[in-house]
Amino acid sequence: MIRLPLALLFSAALFSVGVYGVLARRNAVMVLMAIELMLNAVNVNLVAFSQQLGQLVGQVFALFVIAVAAAEVGIGLAIVILLYRNRETINVDEVNLLRW
Amino acid sequence: MSGWESWAITVAVFLPAVGALVIAALPRGRDRAARALGVVCTGAALAVATAIALGFDYGARGGLQFEVDVPWISAINARYHVGIDGISLPLFVLTFLLSFLCAIYSWRFVPSPGRTKAFIALQLLLETGMAGTFIAFDLILFFVFWELVLVPMYFLIGIWGSANREYAAIKFFLYTLFGSVFMLLGFLGMFFRGPEPHTFDIVRLTEFASQGGFSRGFQLVVFAAVFLGFAIKVPMWPFHTWLPDAHTEAPTVGSVLLAGILLKMGTYGFVRIALPILPDAAVAWAPWIGALAAVAILYAALACLAQRDLKRLIAFSSVGHMGFVMLGIATLTDVGINAAIFGMVAHGVITGMLFFWIGSVYDRYHTRLIADIGGGLLQKAPRLGTVFGYVAIASLGLPGLAGFWGEVMALLSAFRPAEGLDVGLFRAFMVTGGVGTVLTAGYFLWTIQRVNLGTVPDRWREEAIPDVLPVEWLAWAPLLVLILTLGVFPRLVFGMTDEAVRALTALVLGA
Amino acid sequence: MVAASAPVAAAGTGVAGLTWLLVLLPLVASLLIVFLGRRMPARGAELGIAAVAASFLLSLATLWRVVQGAGPVERSFTWAPIGSFTLQVGWYVDGLAAVMFVMIGLVSLCVHVYSLGYMQGDARFTWFYAALALFTGSMLNLVAANNLFQLLVGWELVGICSYLLIGHWWEEHVNSSSAIKAFITTKTGDVPFIFGIFTLVVTTGTSNIPRIAEAVEHGELGRGVLVAAALLLFGGAIGKSAQFPLHVWLPDAMAGPTPVSALIHAATMVVAGVYLVGRMFGVFAAAPGAMGVVSTIAGITMLIAALLAMVQDDIKRVLAYSTVSQLAYMLAGLSLGEAGYTPGLFHMFTHAFFKALLFLGAGSVIHAVHSNNMSEMGGLRKVMPVTFWTFLIGSAALAGIPPLAGFWSKDEIITTAFRTGNMALWATAMLTAVLTAFYMSRAVLLTFFGPFRGHGHPHESPAVMTAPLVVLAAGSVLVGFLGAPQLDAVFADWVHVGEAHHEPFSYGFAAISVAGALLGIAAGYRLYARWREREPLRALGPAYTLLERKYFLDDLYWVGIVRPVRDRVSAAVDWSNRVILDGIVHAFARAARGLSRAIDLVDARAIDGAVNGLAHTTGFSGGILRYIQSGNVQRYAAFLFTGVIVLAIVFTRF
Repeated sequence: MIRLPLALLFSAALFSVGVYGVLARRNAVMVLMAIELMLNAVNVNLVAFSQQLGQLVGQVFALFVIAVAAAEVGIGLAIVILLYRNRETINVDEVNLLRW
Repeated sequence: MSGWESWAITVAVFLPAVGALVIAALPRGRDRAARALGVVCTGAALAVATAIALGFDYGARGGLQFEVDVPWISAINARYHVGIDGISLPLFVLTFLLSFLCAIYSWRFVPSPGRTKAFIALQLLLETGMAGTFIAFDLILFFVFWELVLVPMYFLIGIWGSANREYAAIKFFLYTLFGSVFMLLGFLGMFFRGPEPHTFDIVRLTEFASQGGFSRGFQLVVFAAVFLGFAIKVPMWPFHTWLPDAHTEAPTVGSVLLAGILLKMGTYGFVRIALPILPDAAVAWAPWIGALAAVAILYAALACLAQRDLKRLIAFSSVGHMGFVMLGIATLTDVGINAAIFGMVAHGVITGMLFFWIGSVYDRYHTRLIADIGGGLLQKAPRLGTVFGYVAIASLGLPGLAGFWGEVMALLSAFRPAEGLDVGLFRAFMVTGGVGTVLTAGYFLWTIQRVNLGTVPDRWREEAIPDVLPVEWLAWAPLLVLILTLGVFPRLVFGMTDEAVRALTALVLGA
Repeated sequence: MVAASAPVAAAGTGVAGLTWLLVLLPLVASLLIVFLGRRMPARGAELGIAAVAASFLLSLATLWRVVQGAGPVERSFTWAPIGSFTLQVGWYVDGLAAVMFVMIGLVSLCVHVYSLGYMQGDARFTWFYAALALFTGSMLNLVAANNLFQLLVGWELVGICSYLLIGHWWEEHVNSSSAIKAFITTKTGDVPFIFGIFTLVVTTGTSNIPRIAEAVEHGELGRGVLVAAALLLFGGAIGKSAQFPLHVWLPDAMAGPTPVSALIHAATMVVAGVYLVGRMFGVFAAAPGAMGVVSTIAGITMLIAALLAMVQDDIKRVLAYSTVSQLAYMLAGLSLGEAGYTPGLFHMFTHAFFKALLFLGAGSVIHAVHSNNMSEMGGLRKVMPVTFWTFLIGSAALAGIPPLAGFWSKDEIITTAFRTGNMALWATAMLTAVLTAFYMSRAVLLTFFGPFRGHGHPHESPAVMTAPLVVLAAGSVLVGFLGAPQLDAVFADWVHVGEAHHEPFSYGFAAISVAGALLGIAAGYRLYARWREREPLRALGPAYTLLERKYFLDDLYWVGIVRPVRDRVSAAVDWSNRVILDGIVHAFARAARGLSRAIDLVDARAIDGAVNGLAHTTGFSGGILRYIQSGNVQRYAAFLFTGVIVLAIVFTRF
């Protein structure tokens, strides 16, 4: 049985990697990947607490998150593809039309 | 109240306003139609007014006829209360007559910058305002008509006037507006201190006042307020300075209506509102009014001697003539008030005619300066000159012509003013007025000499100066005839006013 | 007040009931002449002549009633109700009015006919006749009036007619100036006159002349009121009848055509003042102080005017001053009280004949020589015999040579002055009589005798001009006998106050006054029988200058009153209007504009400032904050996470 703090530490590390990826990577695909990492960190948390507290709700939420993440990736990749088609780049720094 | 009597006044008053709306709606460029409509509307209104005058019961002792009294603004208990009595009637009819003649005159003479439609429409609107003032028996209604007059006259002066028109128009507007604000305050005072339920009805307020409803102190203050409004309109010395400017700059028909009708609104206000509703104050203020009137007579006559501009001269002569009217009113006697109303009518006819004349002279000579005309008008245009001589002599108060009765009866009333007034003081006013008549004769005869007589100066010798035109005869003939008729048959006016004035003085000053 | 008073003689008013017609005929004719005259064959003159002739016939019939002994007739109608006062119209015909009617009618008729010749070819011939007819009607109205206001109407109307006719040749500036002077001077007298009317009307409550006379008789009026009323009324007479100090207009009025001078400024209008005193005699008689004033003024006037008449070169001015002097005679007669009433008015009657005659004669001469100056006349008796003889009759009548008209009337006045013990007036009148004879003989000698000194070849005037001369000359000879005591002095039966006085004729007094007249004529003959280039009276030195300058009265009025009022006072008033009164208005306007500008400033800086400040702050901060919105998703995310961290810290720490 894995102890809770260990799971949480893992989750935090995973989340931090995800955050770093979201904030620092230029490649939009990599950003998406990083978002996936963050979602999975959450999933780890949910499952860890579910097991710790003996409640299934957490696992149910984890399953939900996996489903939503799948959809999110689908849409996210579609945006990236369209972005590439229109701008011939997937560098997020260059995508800044939405500003003053 | 049945049949035509219930709508006659309303129709007469609002017909011109309707005409103004129709003219405003005419398509651009239909000037002829506008002029025709102007003549038709004023003519129809005059016809109704004449019918009213013919249907009027001259034997009735006071009281209103052709009366309409319906609620108007129920929140403040203002009513559409109109009617006519002997005091209103001559002025009412005169309004329509002069407006009609002005419309005829405008058939040919529309001053620069043209814009005939607007010119005629404003005249018609003005007519409604003027006529309404004389028949309103509700203070708010009176005030609305009173103010309604300002706007068209402002535009008539401001748009169709001569060189300095904007100054004159603004001066006229602001000066009279300044007075009417105080007048409105006075009206509100009457409203709130008046009988329960509060009312603006002149007849009810008069009754209330005759039973001593208003305290003396209250009357003194309110009288001062309404005095300011009326005195500026008359205009009484020293509130007259807007008049020469307004007259000098106004277009001919504007001057005619201004002198003929607008000034009478002030004096009418004294007779209709100030005296009956504030009788104690009237007695207290009468010496002051008389003094101002006496000063006005003398002052205007002297000022006339100094004028170089004919139109300005005639304007100043108005100040003097209105001085006689106010002197008559200030005596608070039936003779004096009768004389005042006669004087108003006579002045309207005579001075209106003089302004028509100067308009036509300007039209021909393109100058109003006496020195520029330089005499010889009787040689150059004999009929035009004769008209001036005739009207000027009427204006200086020759018996047999209209100007005489108002003047001499006003002086007679000043010989013995009403009870409670200082006889010696009023006799001093009378003497001042008497000296004024000599000076008046002086400046008119001098003006006749400088304009009419002598030989034609070289600069005009070759110029074509047409004599009186048919349209001018058409517009002038009624006035010229009226000047003589009123002089020979003063009863035409005194017969209308006498009963009403007696009723007024009996109710207010006899009680 | 009763609207209409019962006529004195209700039944059998006869022709006096037609007085309205007598007055209206010339007035209507005047209107017709103005509008139709130009198209008539005689250019309107025939209308005037016909109307005046009809009026004259009516007046003769009216006088005939009086001759037969009919009493006064009064009719009164309400003209207009004016409050507590009622304006009346009507007529009051007694002997005085009837005599006046005849006098006015006859002289006017003569003048109308005479003007056919005199005014022939005048540019405003028609207009002239219209004014003449208007004048005649107005004058008749003045006389016929039964109330003071109607009298005032006539009084003012004759004044304006006088103005119109004096200025008839208005191309010349001096003529129109004279017209203005005449009107304004008489109007100055009219002011007190009107106040006198007011005094009587207000104190008696009626303007009806017989009523007022009754009231005075019954002692209803206080002494003070009577004196005031009489003096004020007399002010009108001073103006209208050209008495000192308002006599200055009459000589200048000679600028008008000569027929006008004859009608208006000799026979009729100028006697309106005398008529007024006669008509309101009750008031004057009841106010003895007032009679003294009348007497004094008349005395002064008769003498100074006669003196002025001596030095005139203009023949019409001689006659004008003579008229002033004779008017003073009439007033002097009236001022002697009841005894002088008939003589004064009788002199008015006779004077009308011979003075109108003299004026028309002078006009005939002027017509012939085209000059008013006697220095350009002379020797005309041969070429103008009719004019000469009639003028001579007129002069002799004026000088008081028996048995001509002037003798009877003047003698009566002088005698009455003596009999009533008014010695100062008697002496003045005697002296004036001598002077009158002197200046008339001077005028006759200078005009008709000696060598002709003018230009061209003068000849006798046409018959339309000489016929009136003959008629008036006949009158000048005959009318005096109406007052001759030897012939019962019928005039006194017609015109009298109280009981008719019939003073016995005194040959002694007559001899004195005839001697006086002869003295004057002798002096005149002595000085003027031979034409002298230099006016003999210049020997008087400074006194002559004084007369020549008309006692400096004209200059005094001009420099002391007219010029200052017309030029300086009026300019000052106009200045006060422009600078002071309008200045106050403008100051108000300026103050209002200043205030509004100040308020505008406050509004712009403070109130709007606050609102705008808020907007500015918002905009400014927005301008700064907008840099945050970079469009960079990752930066947004960074903010997001920063926020989360901050929140986390906040939630955990607090």
